[in-house]
Amino acid sequence: MTRRALMPALAGVLIVGSASALADTVVKIGFAGPLTGPISHVGKDEQFGAQLALEDANAKGVVLGGQKVKFELMPEDDQADPRTATTVAQRLVDAGVKGVIGHVTSGAAIPASRIYEQAGIPAITPSSTSPKLTRQGYKTTYRVIANDMQQGSAMAKFATGVLKAQRIAVIDDRTAYGQGLADALVDSLKQLGIKPVGREFTNDKATDFAAILTKLKAAKPDAIFYGGMDAQGAPLLKQTKQLGMSARFLGGDGVCTAEMIKIAGTAMSSEVYCTQAGIPMDKMPSGKAFNERFAKRFNTPVQLYAPYSYDATNALIEAMKLANSADPAKYLPQLQKVGFKGVTGHIAFDANGDSREGGVALYQFNAGKWEARP
Amino acid sequence: METLLQQTVNGLVVGSVYALIALGYTMVYGILGLINFAHGDVLMVGALVALESIRLIQLYAPELGPIPTLLGGLAVAVVVCMILGYTIERTAYRRLRNAPRLAPLITAIGVSFLLQTLAMIVWGRNYHTFPQLVSTTPLEPVAGVFITPVQIAILVVSATLMIGLVLLVNKTRLGRAMRATAENHRVASLMGVDTNKIIAATFIIGSGLAAVAGVMYSSNYGIAHYAMGFMPGLKAFTAAVLGGIGNLAGAMLGGIVLGLVESIGAGYIEDMSFGFLNSSYQDIFAFIILGIVLIFRPTGLLGERVADRA
Repeated sequence: MTRRALMPALAGVLIVGSASALADTVVKIGFAGPLTGPISHVGKDEQFGAQLALEDANAKGVVLGGQKVKFELMPEDDQADPRTATTVAQRLVDAGVKGVIGHVTSGAAIPASRIYEQAGIPAITPSSTSPKLTRQGYKTTYRVIANDMQQGSAMAKFATGVLKAQRIAVIDDRTAYGQGLADALVDSLKQLGIKPVGREFTNDKATDFAAILTKLKAAKPDAIFYGGMDAQGAPLLKQTKQLGMSARFLGGDGVCTAEMIKIAGTAMSSEVYCTQAGIPMDKMPSGKAFNERFAKRFNTPVQLYAPYSYDATNALIEAMKLANSADPAKYLPQLQKVGFKGVTGHIAFDANGDSREGGVALYQFNAGKWEARP
Repeated sequence: METLLQQTVNGLVVGSVYALIALGYTMVYGILGLINFAHGDVLMVGALVALESIRLIQLYAPELGPIPTLLGGLAVAVVVCMILGYTIERTAYRRLRNAPRLAPLITAIGVSFLLQTLAMIVWGRNYHTFPQLVSTTPLEPVAGVFITPVQIAILVVSATLMIGLVLLVNKTRLGRAMRATAENHRVASLMGVDTNKIIAATFIIGSGLAAVAGVMYSSNYGIAHYAMGFMPGLKAFTAAVLGGIGNLAGAMLGGIVLGLVESIGAGYIEDMSFGFLNSSYQDIFAFIILGIVLIFRPTGLLGERVADRA
C-alpha cells in the first residue's frame, strides 16, 4: 500500500468517528462526470439520476447500524478528460465519500478506477462500456450497463436467430474498441457453432475498402459485421453497394449514430442493423414512470443514462443495507450479493463487477432514423 | 477469376488517383529537389472548397444539372488550389531556395500542419457528406466485374490529365523551360529562363492536379474531412518514390503499380502467406514491394541515375 492511499483511509476513519455522535449520520456519495464541455448534458443527466435515488432513500429513511443516515451527493466535474478524472477522483476520496457513481466515459473511468481501488471505495459507472474497465482485476469497479462484449454477443444471437444469417463476414478497424467488439462477436458466433466466412481488417483512417470487400464477396456472405466507427462504417457500407453486394450490414454502437445515417446517405436501408449498450427508455420496465418523476423534479426530461445512474446509486444503497454499514470496507463484499428490480431491469453483478443482465438494444434503420427493435 | 478482375479494377481506380497526386510530388522534386509534404493537404483543401462551392451552387442555382454543378465546384477548387500552391511556394519555400535541404523539408511539414489546422477551424472536425453528383450505382456487371460511373470518370479524367501534362512538359515552351530548370536552374537562368516563374508554374500546375484528385477522391467515397489528405498524400509520395521520384512517367507507373499491389495484396495476402498474414498487413505489403524495388533499383522503376545535387 502506498502512503497516498493510507491518508484518505485515515481521514475516512476520522470522519466516521466524529459523525457518529450526531443524530443523523451524513453519508457522502460522490458523483463524477463531465459537467462542462460538449457532453455535459450527459453528465448532468446522470448526476440528476443519482441525486433522485439519494432523495428517494432519504425520504424513505435508511437505518444503518442503528443510526438513521442522510445521504448527500457530492458532484465533481471530470470534463470527460482522463487527467482531470484522476484529480477529481482523488478529491472525492480525500473528501471521504463512501461510494462513487461514475465516471461517465470509459476514457475517464479507467484511469480514475485505480484511485478508487487504492482507497477501497466502490465506484459504479452508469455508462462506461469499455470491457477494459472491469478487466483490470479491481474489486471496487462496477458497472450497471452492458459492456461491448455483451453487445457483440447480442448481435451474434440476433444475426443467427432472427436474421437467420449463416454466412457472416467480420471486419474491424484494429482499434481497442473495434477489435474488442468484433472479437466478442466472433466468440459468440463460435459458441453458436458458426464460423465467420471471412475475417478482414482495416484501420481507423481508411476510406477505401474495395479490396477487402471484393475478397469477402467471393465468400458470399449474407451479413457483414463491422467493428468500428461511423466515419469508416458509412463509406464501407456504400462500397458494398458499389460492388453489387446485397449482404446485410451489422455494427455496434460506433455506427449506431446520426452521423452514420448522414454520411451513408442512400446506401442506408432496412438491411442495416446496429446495437447500443443500454436499452431505450420506453423498453425499461418502469421507464415511463421514472421519466415523469424525473421531469417533475428537475424540470427536464431524461436525456440518456439517468435511469442507469439511478439504479447504480440504489445498488450502492442496497449493499450498504445488506452490510448494515456505510463503511466501504464492510459493504463492498455485499455488492456481489445485490439483486433488485431497478428502473432499467434486474440489477446484479458478476465477479468482474459487470452487470449480469446488461441490456443491449438492437436498432434497425427505418424511414430516415434508427428504430429500436422489440 | 472474377475476383481477380474486380481487384484489378479496384486497384486501377485507386492507383490512378495516386498517380495524379504523385505527379505533383514528382514535378516539384524534379525541379527543386524538395519533397512538398503539404501536397496531400492541398488535395484536402481542393475537396473541401469544391464541397462548399457545390453547396452554394445548389443553393443559388438549383436549376443547374448535377454535372455542371460538379464542374463548377471543381473549377473553383482548381483555381483556389492554384492560388494556394503559388502562395505556399512564394511565402514558405522561395526564401529557403538556397538554404540547406533540411530547412525546406521541415517547412513543408509545417505548412502541412498549418493547412490542416486552418481547415479544421474553418470546416470543423466532423466528416462532411460530399454530394455524389456522378452516379455511384454500379453499371451492369461485365464478366462479373462491377464498376460505377464515377470510377469510370476517375479513370478517364486521370488518363486525360496525365497525357495532357506529358504533352505540356515535352511539347511546349513552358515545358522546355521546366525541363531546363530541372536540369540545372542556375544555367537555365543564365540562358534567359525566369526560373522563379517556372518554379511557381510548377507549383500551380501540381496544386491544380491535386484539386482535381481531391474532388475525384471525395466524389468516389462521398466524404470530405480536414485530415483526409494525409493518407492519399503518403501513398502518392510512396508511388512517386516507387516509380522514380522526379520522373513523370515514373510517378504514373508508380501510382498504378501501388494501387494494384495494394488491392491484389489485400485480396490474396492471406492465401499467399498460407494464412500467416492477413489484410491488416495491407499497407505493409505495399511497402515491402517498395523496399524490394529500391534494393534492386535504388532510383525507382523508371528513375535515372543522376548525380546527387549539392
